Amino acid sequence: MTEQSPIALRELISFKVAAQEYCVDIMSVREIRGWTPATPLPSAASFVRGVINLRGAVLPVVDMAARLGMAASEPTERHVIVVVWIEGQLVGLLVDAVCDILAVAPEGLQPTPDLASSEVQSFVEALLNVDGRMIGLIDLSSLLPPQQTQAA
Amino acid sequence: MAGIRVVFFEECDEHLGELENGLIAIQEGDRDPETINIIFRAVHSIKGGASIFGLEALVGFAHTFENLLTKVRSGEKALDEAVIKTCLKAADVLADLVREANGGAAVEDGKADPLVSTLTALSSGSSAGAEEAEEEDPELAALQFQPVSVSFAELDVAAPKTLAIRFKPGLAMYAKANDAILILQELSRYGEVKAAVNTDALPLLDGLDPREGYLTWHISLLTTQHPSLVREVFEFVENDCELEISEAETIAPIAAPPPPVIEAPPTAPPVSFAPAPAPAPVGPVEAAPVPNQPQTQGSIRVDLDRVDRMIDLVSELVINQSILVQRLAGERFNGQAEVSAALEDLDKLTREIQDSVMAIRAQPVKAVFQRMSRLVREVEAVTRKPVRLVTEGDATEVDRTVIERLSDPLTHMIRNAIDHGIEPPEKRAAAGKPAMGTVKIAAAHRGGRIIIEVSDDGAGINRERVREKAVERGVIGAEDRLTDEETDNLIFAAGFSTADQVSDISGRGVGMDVVRSGVQALGGRITVTSVQGQGSTFTLSLPLTLAVMDGMLVQVGDQGMVVPLTALVESFQVAPGDVTRLGVETTFLHLRGANVPLLDLGAMLGYPRGEDEDGRHVALLVEDDSGQRAALLVNDILGQQQVVIKSLEANYREVPGVAAATILGDGRVALILDVNAILSRRRRVCAEPKAA
Amino acid sequence: MRESKTILTVDDSRTMRDMLLMTLNEAGYDVVQAEDGEDGLAKLGDMRPDAIITDINMPKLDGFGFIEKVREDPSYVSVPILVLTTESEQDRKDRARAAGATGWIVKPFNPSKLLEALRRVGA
Repeated sequence: MTEQSPIALRELISFKVAAQEYCVDIMSVREIRGWTPATPLPSAASFVRGVINLRGAVLPVVDMAARLGMAASEPTERHVIVVVWIEGQLVGLLVDAVCDILAVAPEGLQPTPDLASSEVQSFVEALLNVDGRMIGLIDLSSLLPPQQTQAA
Repeated sequence: MAGIRVVFFEECDEHLGELENGLIAIQEGDRDPETINIIFRAVHSIKGGASIFGLEALVGFAHTFENLLTKVRSGEKALDEAVIKTCLKAADVLADLVREANGGAAVEDGKADPLVSTLTALSSGSSAGAEEAEEEDPELAALQFQPVSVSFAELDVAAPKTLAIRFKPGLAMYAKANDAILILQELSRYGEVKAAVNTDALPLLDGLDPREGYLTWHISLLTTQHPSLVREVFEFVENDCELEISEAETIAPIAAPPPPVIEAPPTAPPVSFAPAPAPAPVGPVEAAPVPNQPQTQGSIRVDLDRVDRMIDLVSELVINQSILVQRLAGERFNGQAEVSAALEDLDKLTREIQDSVMAIRAQPVKAVFQRMSRLVREVEAVTRKPVRLVTEGDATEVDRTVIERLSDPLTHMIRNAIDHGIEPPEKRAAAGKPAMGTVKIAAAHRGGRIIIEVSDDGAGINRERVREKAVERGVIGAEDRLTDEETDNLIFAAGFSTADQVSDISGRGVGMDVVRSGVQALGGRITVTSVQGQGSTFTLSLPLTLAVMDGMLVQVGDQGMVVPLTALVESFQVAPGDVTRLGVETTFLHLRGANVPLLDLGAMLGYPRGEDEDGRHVALLVEDDSGQRAALLVNDILGQQQVVIKSLEANYREVPGVAAATILGDGRVALILDVNAILSRRRRVCAEPKAA
Repeated sequence: MRESKTILTVDDSRTMRDMLLMTLNEAGYDVVQAEDGEDGLAKLGDMRPDAIITDINMPKLDGFGFIEKVREDPSYVSVPILVLTTESEQDRKDRARAAGATGWIVKPFNPSKLLEALRRVGA
């Protein structure tokens, strides 16, 4: 894992959401912490669990299961929040567990098949096959839907 | 150098402030010479600094301005109205040029030019003809002075030649700490120096004044430099000595000077000076310790980022401290006197630290007020209504976060006051008022907030017109009865503008509703009172800081939530008999004979209601900035507390109905309610069925 | 190693003070700063600078007054005083000289001009 390859390997952190496995680029991960109850936000998307306090910063938590169109998580103490950095903002991803750190060569990434639902396809950037497991690479920039302009 | 540049622009702002204040004082009749000195120095210093950084436009303008001020200072030019007006305009242009130099918007072409002509005309107008030549700017010529080395190159003469110099220092030269030896050293930098000294004039010891110059130096300098450059070496002393410089052939050679000379006496042999030998100490060198920290006049300059960072950290400390208190209170330490005493001390200390830190960032509102006087002049010029600006309490301090955002609402209010409030001079005269209108801005601290009043002595709000417009635009119903105060405050209603035509001054369709929402965004309130024929007063109430606020912590469903104390009128228990339901949506609460809309906060925010749905509930009577009231149904009141305001936009986005977030003692996030948004949302809900 | 020389700078403009400080420090001088003539006299009270650089236009006590006061004290007669002036007119220089200035520096100065002037007065 540590041996230097001349090809630029992309390092990814993979995690479990329901029975599936997804990953994000390790460069965008700021920290991984245990679940703490989030304060719900009025009129937020169903997958936005609410906001939590991370050493003084208030950040939203996205329920990855709900985001992927599955049933919303019932978070327990074993659930994990992966704090990622998306375009200048900190966002927590609620996942079941963190699995692995992967190093992948660019050619190991396969495009998401067209059959995928538009929802999933919009933010699952690519698929990779690791020891027979299919892992979806999350495109963080489209994780949160674009901000609706305030109808003030 | 970059650091000095920053200092320069900071200093420019101070000077511009002094300039403005001084000119306004003068406009009001102040003729203290020191006031004139202050404005002179302000312009002079800006020029001096600007020249360091090669800011030519700024230097040039400041110089022209300074010329006029020089005449004023010396009394050559009287401080009449034309001069004062011109100076005020010049101060504005100077400020623009400073901003431009600091990377701001470029000053429009042609804005400065007519002023330059006026300034020049004024400064030459009263001076004698002879002095007009002086306007050719010997100073400016000096400011564009090229580095000496350039002139050297131009004047370089290829072949070295010998210059003969006769130099007799006078008494005065030594009295000013000049020294012939130093001059010889300096000369040695220009070429090869041979010097002989004539001691003929030296008296006997008892007749000797140690400070007097008795010696005459005969110097021969082999140099490639032009004699005029060599003469510059004597620049500092030329009035205090006898000096002749000529090309060697034209004066007697050193070996045979006109007076009989003791040639090369043993005591004074021809000296060859090596370039810059270690100079002799000047005067006795005492071991006086030099104070190592210059300029410690009770203040230091600190980078703003550091202060901001410290304020953030202290906010964290406050939160942490209350987490600690809460945790310990629930644990086995509960009731232990020592622990609770220590906790109390800690609480007091953290609050004190917080207050002190906030005080560091507090600034007087003066800077903002100063900007307003310029605005008044501009609006005055466009509307042709003479207006005087009076400020009061400009030393009132408020956190920088608030200061920065005061400018916009104040600008709007002052424009509004002049454009709509102050009558044209004819009308004022007819009403028996002085032709010049007065706009006053006053700041004061009241109840932990800053109150800013903008008042004018104009016509006051025309209530009939306001009412008409409000009905016309559907803001109120034709039958609605409003008190005078309520009518006045209609001008803040959305989309309301009393101006018949959208005037250029009050803004391109921007009404007072924009001012109000701006103020509300700061956690502030704005109201207006008006007396017909006597004027209006806008009152702006703002928190002292945008970093912390006082709130009431309530429980809504299973969540804690903060209601800003400024919006809270009272809280009370709700008995089922007090509530009237109309249909499904609308609920009213009977409160001391009045009916107040009752809003279920939990339902509005989508929080689960929690237990005992129909049991007793607690309600908060809140008021929004327009004075609209409503009762908010909550589950419980948990207590009043100061909360640190955390932005939701930093990591997420704006959330309707929520002003911001905070972190509670248990480390959880609580949302801070946006009362205005909640009440206006309710109104919209009510208005829709009506419109249908 | 010779002890570094100390220059007293007297100027009400912070920009100018900082500029002088930077230039002089880089050239190895120690600098004591004063904000106006009065402050200059106060700072002078407990030191003996190798030279003084002063502005003319200052609040409280201007450069001319300051120089006169300094020269009144016989023990400071030999301290070189350089005047900072944007005014290159002869009468300004003459007035400064009459007050007892050793020489002058015409603003804006570049570092080499400043150091040259100091060298010429032996500091």
